[in-house]
Amino acid sequence: MTLAADPIAPLRREAELLGQSLPALLAEAEMLAQTVMLGEHGRKRAGQGDEFWQYRPAHAGDSARAIDWRRSARADTPFVREREWQAAQSVTLWADPSRSMGFSGDAARPSKGARARVLALALGILLLKGGERVGLAGQPPRPGRAQIVTLANGLVDSAEDYGLPDASGLVAHGRAVFLSDFLGPLEGLETALTFAADRGVRGVLVQILDPAEEDFPFSGRTVFESMGGSLNHETQSAAGLRERYLVRLAERKERLTSLARAVGWHYACHHSGDLAHGALLWAYQALAGGMR
Amino acid sequence: MTFGPLAFAAPGLLLALIALPILWLLLRAIPPAPIRRRFPAVALMLGLADDERQADKTPWWLLLLRMLAVAAAIIGFAGPVLNPDDREPGSGPLLVLMDCSWAGARDWPRAQARAAAALEEAARAGRPAAVARLSDAPQPVVFSNPAEWQGRLAAMQPAPWAPDLAPWVSVLPEGGFDTLWLSDGLDHPGRAALAAELAARGQVTAALSPRPAYGLRPATLAEGKITLTALRLPDAAGAELEVTAHGPDPAGIDRELARAPVVFAPGSGEAVATLEVPPELRNRINRFALLGQRSAGAVSLTDDSLKRRKVAVIDNSADREGLQLLSAAHYLRQALDPVAELVDGSLTDVLPAKPDVIILADVARLTETEADGILDWLDGGGLLLRFAGPRLAASDLARSEEDPLMPVRLREGGRSVGGTMSWGEPKPLQPFAEDSPFHGLAIPADVTVSQQVLAQPDPELGARTIAALADGTPLVTRKTVGAGQVVLVHVTANAEWSTLPLSGLFMQMLERLAVSARIGGGSEGAVEGLLWVPERVMDGHGDLVEPGDLGEVQGDLLAQALKDGPRGAAPPGLYRHEERLVAVNTLTATARLSPAVWPAGTVVEGLGATRAQVLGGWLLAAALALLAVDILASALVLGRMPRWSKVAAVVLMALALPVPQVGAQTAPTPDPAGDARGIEATRGVVLAHVLTGNPQVDETAAAGLRGLGDQLWLRTSVEPEPPMGVDLENDELAFFPFLYWPITPDQLIPSPRAYAKLNAFLRTGGMILFDTRDADIAGLGGATPEAEMLQLLALGLDVPPLDILPEDHVLTRTFYLLQDFPGRHTGPDLWVEAPPPDAETAEGMPFRNLNDGVTPVIIGGNDWAAAWAVDGAGAALYPVGRGLAGQDQRELAYRFGINVVMHVLNGNYKSDQVHVPALLERLGE
Repeated sequence: MTLAADPIAPLRREAELLGQSLPALLAEAEMLAQTVMLGEHGRKRAGQGDEFWQYRPAHAGDSARAIDWRRSARADTPFVREREWQAAQSVTLWADPSRSMGFSGDAARPSKGARARVLALALGILLLKGGERVGLAGQPPRPGRAQIVTLANGLVDSAEDYGLPDASGLVAHGRAVFLSDFLGPLEGLETALTFAADRGVRGVLVQILDPAEEDFPFSGRTVFESMGGSLNHETQSAAGLRERYLVRLAERKERLTSLARAVGWHYACHHSGDLAHGALLWAYQALAGGMR
Repeated sequence: MTFGPLAFAAPGLLLALIALPILWLLLRAIPPAPIRRRFPAVALMLGLADDERQADKTPWWLLLLRMLAVAAAIIGFAGPVLNPDDREPGSGPLLVLMDCSWAGARDWPRAQARAAAALEEAARAGRPAAVARLSDAPQPVVFSNPAEWQGRLAAMQPAPWAPDLAPWVSVLPEGGFDTLWLSDGLDHPGRAALAAELAARGQVTAALSPRPAYGLRPATLAEGKITLTALRLPDAAGAELEVTAHGPDPAGIDRELARAPVVFAPGSGEAVATLEVPPELRNRINRFALLGQRSAGAVSLTDDSLKRRKVAVIDNSADREGLQLLSAAHYLRQALDPVAELVDGSLTDVLPAKPDVIILADVARLTETEADGILDWLDGGGLLLRFAGPRLAASDLARSEEDPLMPVRLREGGRSVGGTMSWGEPKPLQPFAEDSPFHGLAIPADVTVSQQVLAQPDPELGARTIAALADGTPLVTRKTVGAGQVVLVHVTANAEWSTLPLSGLFMQMLERLAVSARIGGGSEGAVEGLLWVPERVMDGHGDLVEPGDLGEVQGDLLAQALKDGPRGAAPPGLYRHEERLVAVNTLTATARLSPAVWPAGTVVEGLGATRAQVLGGWLLAAALALLAVDILASALVLGRMPRWSKVAAVVLMALALPVPQVGAQTAPTPDPAGDARGIEATRGVVLAHVLTGNPQVDETAAAGLRGLGDQLWLRTSVEPEPPMGVDLENDELAFFPFLYWPITPDQLIPSPRAYAKLNAFLRTGGMILFDTRDADIAGLGGATPEAEMLQLLALGLDVPPLDILPEDHVLTRTFYLLQDFPGRHTGPDLWVEAPPPDAETAEGMPFRNLNDGVTPVIIGGNDWAAAWAVDGAGAALYPVGRGLAGQDQRELAYRFGINVVMHVLNGNYKSDQVHVPALLERLGE
């Protein structure tokens, strides 16, 4: 995912950085995940699985191995022991790696990107524990605990100014989670959502915003620049801009909501100033609801 | 280049002010640099236009701030000077006129200094000059070398009278000249004409004292109360002074006898004080003075008019020994003895003694020489008081025609009421009429008259009756003879005819009559034609001095002085002719103070207002402050400040603006600063010095006490905290054991409230070390300005009798054994509380058993603080003496200081060494 001009030095720096931050990220995500109680979600019908579901009279076609002899001994007819159907889902996580996510309005607040990574990883841990297959965008989803490290390793920054959802790794009829500030152009998102909807993929959009982006606490003569510097806007009186900015922000949220609704996705806005648990719980339930 | 009171050293720089508008335009066109801010949501803002275009210009108030800063800097660099010392040197002669009146005495040293400065300046400029004392008789003004005048100027003293300016117009020299008029601020006759003439000759500059002038009219005595009227100018603000009465105490030492407040209402130039003092005390008063005002006008001398009367009581009962209580004069003598000086003897004997009052108790017959003598005496202003009696009733005096020595004609035989052989009841008295001298006296109900002599009805009888019985018959009648008067009481002076002599009313009536006997002892008519010998005369500062070469003064001159105010021929003072004493005061009973009016074109300035003040530094500091504010303001405009600090910035900006001081002091509100000061002062022993208002003296005093404190730390167990300066008016004194009070000639006299605090401080064991710092050159009471100031300051203090420090005083051995007490000077004598006269030498001891307790004051002039003074590093600030001897002197100065502090803190326990032999003896047993 990393795009770098010089292949050696950034890679090494990044690896070192990751080596330092990964345990912390993992620990934080684990702690977050533990706050959500869960079990393997049964399908509430007979099928492939380990859990007992029901006994039913054997009928033609059942193999002899399927007969539960212990139960059949207590009756005249043979019974077959059915297990609950257990199916694993494929969930694709996409945490926006762009530089715009690196913004934080306050030194004491984590950046949006950090929050997105924590949420993504915690969600991944939860889902993996739930027996699902989880993968980052562009990677095949895999089950198992070992996947957690893979997820963590994959959550790295990119140099783009605004992120574009990567729909390439989506598994048909799977689930997808997009974590981003969605402040960039929405065309890419639209394309991705359309692509996902075509494959029957449902999912959630979690918009992560910094409180400063909601408040716009600026005044005076200001040149606003995007994090990468690709966009800028100069104003003489930032305070005079606030009202109209807030209107545009509301419009953006409205647009995201309607987009999500159109393709049957869920949309929520999360602020990096709030606790992460709420967002995690919401995202998990939104996913689980879709899986049911 | 000057603008009003402002001048500029480099006025060319002011041209830069023209650039201000250009700068305004430039600054306005260039908006403040924008802040660059990373903000991901900028994508949402693309295309949003600013709706207020004005904001890309600098806000007007920020511009104004910067303009002010730049303007302040420009003006500051241009070197502005307030009140520049730029009096045109001119080329013509300079005439220095000095009013030299009593009113000028209040600021005489400053007036002298101002005149000296003007002369020096004239000398530098090579201008001839002349100095004229306007209070002198006019003499031709001759311009000469200014240096010649310097010496003469120093010897000049203010005169105790007001100048007469009218004749000076004629003696002014020819040609043009400039004038510096050091005025006392009062209007004097002829001032307008003289000022106009001077203005015609050249520039006139008037220098006025900023202090108000105070005056005191002669005291008047009415109904036992002394009324004093104080005058002042200007009369804008309210003021409170005290008037004191001085006179000899029984031992003949001049003391303050009484004191009364004088309260001037704002806008009022007059204030009245009344003093009610017992006659014994009143008779001793010889002058009144306004406390703290050193001028002849603020002193009012008293003469006979306040003195006890000399009364001669004559009766014919000398041969009736043994019948004391029936004696016609017994009650009179009893009543008058305490309040009057009784003269005994026959009429012929007492007349030459010139009594104020002659009382004839039932004396009918007078020889012709006696009658003539009394008539002469009456013409001179005596009071003849006659009482009726059997003899008068039986005589044929004043029967058919009025006797010159009787106020009324009498009817034969008198009458008797309420007796055993007569009808009717004894008659009570009628209330006294308003024009009667007895008006207002309460009449006791038990005063009745059973027998009296009756006056013949006469056209003038009603006017002459000053007391009557209830039925209207006259009881007391009076007529004037020459300057005197004859009073007849129609009853006896004993209790035979009435109960009047037994009542208190009798005393009061006598007092009223005696008091009204000779008011205004030196009424003009009474002094003319006689030669008066000056006893003491007043100088311009209000001090009584010997008359010097002033000879006898003609009565008519004296009369004129009494009427129009004194002049050089009859200066204020006490004049004696035989027994009579007349006081000539600077201000007459009708004197008024009116302000001088200056013609247009006159430059009026204060005496000390010529000090040039360089303003450049202030303006540059203001420019810097404005720029500092500008930093905050710019940050505010640019939004570079975090939000929370905006409030702080606003507060800072508010602080940068000058805050008007709240001057009013409401009485006992909690005073955290005062409390903090109190805590500081009570943290340990704190030596304190009185703030004189002279910064150098105050600094020296603080440094001196710091040096003394250091030595105390080093050498003794007294470990003083850093010294504090004490403002007598506002600070609490109770915290300090010791006050060092350097005297400066120009310090302010403390207010009565401050004096009350000081006296409480002295009474509760505090000590003040007065230091005149003049090396006591002239001895105490001498002529240095500091010594005079000390006397003035000490007037209000409750100081016991003082004496030169005796050799065995405890101060000589409280810590070190000392015999002299040098400071920076080595003045010989130190004054402390005098030992009691009965102090005895203790047996076997080299010193006496002296007074217990600490001397409340020590007075000297050795400038100890300068000898003690050290800087922050502990090095001496001022040189003392020379070489090793100087070191010794400084060491002795420290030892003296340590002894003083030990004396203050320990009292005189060292004096208890007198008991050492007894203690040793007791221990041995």
